[in-house]
Amino acid sequence: MILRIEQDHHRFKQIIRGKIKQDLRKYISRGELIGRRGKDLISIPLPQISIPHFVHGTRQAGGVGQGDGEPGTVLGAAEPEDGSGQAGDAPGRHILEVEISLDELAEMLGEELELPRIQPRGKKNIVSEKARYHGITHSGPEGLRHFRRTYKEMLKRSIANGTYRRSSPGPFIINEDKRYRTWRTTILPETTAAVIYMMDVSGSMGEEQKEIVRIESFWIDTWLRHHYRGLEIRYVIHDAEAREVDQETFYHTRESGGTVISSAYRLALEITRTDYPAGEWNVYCFHFSDGDNWSQGDTQECVRLLREDLLPGANLFCYGQVESPYGTGQFLVDLKEAFADEERVALSKIENKEAIQQSIQEFMGRGR
Amino acid sequence: MSLPPLLAALQEEIEAHARAYGLDFFRVIFEVLDYRKLNQVAAYGGFPTRYPHWRWGMDYEQLQKGYTFGLQRIYELVINNDPCYAYLLECNADVDQKIVMAHVYAHCDFFKNNVWFSRTNRKMIDEMANHATRVRRYMDRHGADTVENFIDTCLSLENLTDPHSLFIVRERPARSREEEPRPAVRRLKSKEYMRDYINPPDYIAREEKRLREDAEKRKTFPEEPSRDVLKFLIEHSPLENWQRDILSIIREEAYYFAPQAQTKIMNEGWATYWHSKIMTEKCLTDAEVVDYADHHSGTVAVHRGRLNPYKLGVELFRDIEDRWNRGRFGKEYDECENLAERTAWDRKLGLGREKIFEARRFCNDVTFIDNYLTEEFCRRHKMFVYDFNPKTGLYQITSRSFREVKQKLLFHLTNRGLPFVEVADGNHRNKGELLLRHRYEGVPLRQDYARDTLRNAQKIWQRPVNLATVVEDKPRIISFTGESFEEIEVGDQVA
Repeated sequence: MILRIEQDHHRFKQIIRGKIKQDLRKYISRGELIGRRGKDLISIPLPQISIPHFVHGTRQAGGVGQGDGEPGTVLGAAEPEDGSGQAGDAPGRHILEVEISLDELAEMLGEELELPRIQPRGKKNIVSEKARYHGITHSGPEGLRHFRRTYKEMLKRSIANGTYRRSSPGPFIINEDKRYRTWRTTILPETTAAVIYMMDVSGSMGEEQKEIVRIESFWIDTWLRHHYRGLEIRYVIHDAEAREVDQETFYHTRESGGTVISSAYRLALEITRTDYPAGEWNVYCFHFSDGDNWSQGDTQECVRLLREDLLPGANLFCYGQVESPYGTGQFLVDLKEAFADEERVALSKIENKEAIQQSIQEFMGRGR
Repeated sequence: MSLPPLLAALQEEIEAHARAYGLDFFRVIFEVLDYRKLNQVAAYGGFPTRYPHWRWGMDYEQLQKGYTFGLQRIYELVINNDPCYAYLLECNADVDQKIVMAHVYAHCDFFKNNVWFSRTNRKMIDEMANHATRVRRYMDRHGADTVENFIDTCLSLENLTDPHSLFIVRERPARSREEEPRPAVRRLKSKEYMRDYINPPDYIAREEKRLREDAEKRKTFPEEPSRDVLKFLIEHSPLENWQRDILSIIREEAYYFAPQAQTKIMNEGWATYWHSKIMTEKCLTDAEVVDYADHHSGTVAVHRGRLNPYKLGVELFRDIEDRWNRGRFGKEYDECENLAERTAWDRKLGLGREKIFEARRFCNDVTFIDNYLTEEFCRRHKMFVYDFNPKTGLYQITSRSFREVKQKLLFHLTNRGLPFVEVADGNHRNKGELLLRHRYEGVPLRQDYARDTLRNAQKIWQRPVNLATVVEDKPRIISFTGESFEEIEVGDQVA
């Protein structure tokens, strides 16, 4: 049954969504949503949407309590004045935490940044689940009760124990008679994607640069996840040589030493070749660096690797250059020269957190 | 829907006990709801039919979450109406249902007999449904968003009412206008034969007319500051009819709910007193004792030093009963300084029961605390005052002195803990501006809210609105013209 309140609840959710959308650009550059992500939902702290009244300032008002303690005993920290916390004899109202699904968040991101939908390639390999009824069991939800089978069981039982009367056969159904449908989930192929994040962790990449990479990759994840059911993510870090790591290490390692970018590309190539053949996977590569490569010769090598090996098997290769005080930023210039009219290469310069949304647009704006 | 037989039998039993104790209530109709429906009714403030608005949805979401995560559940919900409707949560154990029923009968007795509830509409369920119909009709006619926005605006001012005004019947004599001499037109001195030439009669007539008009304009309204700001706005703002109607709906509902906020401690205390009395003296079976104790202790628990109205209320009622039973009141007792004598004081008056019924009839929370909170009670229950310490950024206990505890408690209860804001002038600066005045009592207004509220007031008044208040110990007037805010410091005459 639909309750009357559902309408009001729906309206409330609409308002919330409006608020989130309004502030989306702020969320994008601040990265406060990272770490608030569950499996399908993300919880977003919202500033009050309550209705303003003339009220006393809470801090100045104080209050009365009861219990142990001497003058000076601490009762608790004050909530910030603009959150609507209130200690004391009234129940506190908390900051509103609303959950929205990641899908919805991606929808909003798409609308806000005007990102085109991705056209997936390949449709073989991976799977989605589909449920089908296939049998009968003794227990289950009432909604799935199989009436005919249940009735038959009732007849069988009453005939067996002699209570059956031809003139009035029933139904006197008891729990043991009930039969329910059950289902089996079958697996259907669906498009899927792999993402390889590569990051330069040489001495010149500082905390701030990594923060930018983290925020940007969060939004890219959200967007890609919206389009592909089974998204696999691999992380590669490199300085003078490359290695594959887990997510935690990816964001927190800081190495020192030189930068040989081609090492990362070679490793990425290896990963795609072994695990993600181009016909079945949509492969996305993202590389973040401050743009300093060891030598011009290595840069040439990178260009060659990209052109001949990586690009043919990938949907998109994105290079984001994070501004750092140490880098020369030459690599971006070189790539620009080499791939000026290549559809599958997206280049972006990310000067600060505010530039993240711009960069997301540049990466995902091609709809690939 | 009628109650299942077991609950119906319980109801009959408990009603008989309640009546035997002298409680006097409207007919109570219990309904059993599952948690979703109960949360819905709770989100609507107890009324199953309410006008559509998102904030019910917000409350509903919180209740649903609280229930789903096992943080909170509503045991009982009762509406001040005749007949009185009360809701039971389907999945509660029988012993819980018993407690709730006993609790509800006491609430209902309080609604019926407490004088602060005497002016509330006892057919409010129907009234609310009518309000909903009217609001829906306006939504059909003017668009849901337009109406919703207007409701938001009105709700922002909903607490600007005067709960006492329902009891005040003013019959003011029409004030005689002749008290102050009207300024006369100045005439130039002239000889008799030159008079019409130097002071031409048509000029004199024109001047006289102007002065009369000025005097008319300058007449302030309201004549006395009024705390019923909503009423003033309904009567004097340039609103369309549907807007006026919605504003009056909001006002009416605010007045209906006001006494519940005014008697929170008493009402809950009274209900807790009686459920524990009925349960422990009459209804409880041996098997239920532990569950009852668990439930009851949950009701009166004190969390992290916060005052619990259930606890404070029930303890005060018990204290009153005990004092009047033993005659521990009056001049003689108050002046007795011998501690031993005081502790053993017992005149065996047996007036306790009578006294608490008297308190439940005449008091609201303010007068209840003012009359019956004693120093001994305050000490026994370890009450304290806390304040925000700007140096540490923490809330800290500042005092355990009885005088300060009582003062602070009364401050928080007076006007339901809300600031006094009244209409001072509907023709401020002779420009048709609205002047609201905050009666400053040492605690400033929350500034961001005050400004947003002022913004909403301007939407209704449609001319600039001003708020006289005190910011950082200086009297100020905050104005909102419809486009921008202005804040000016003023002399003492305003504060």
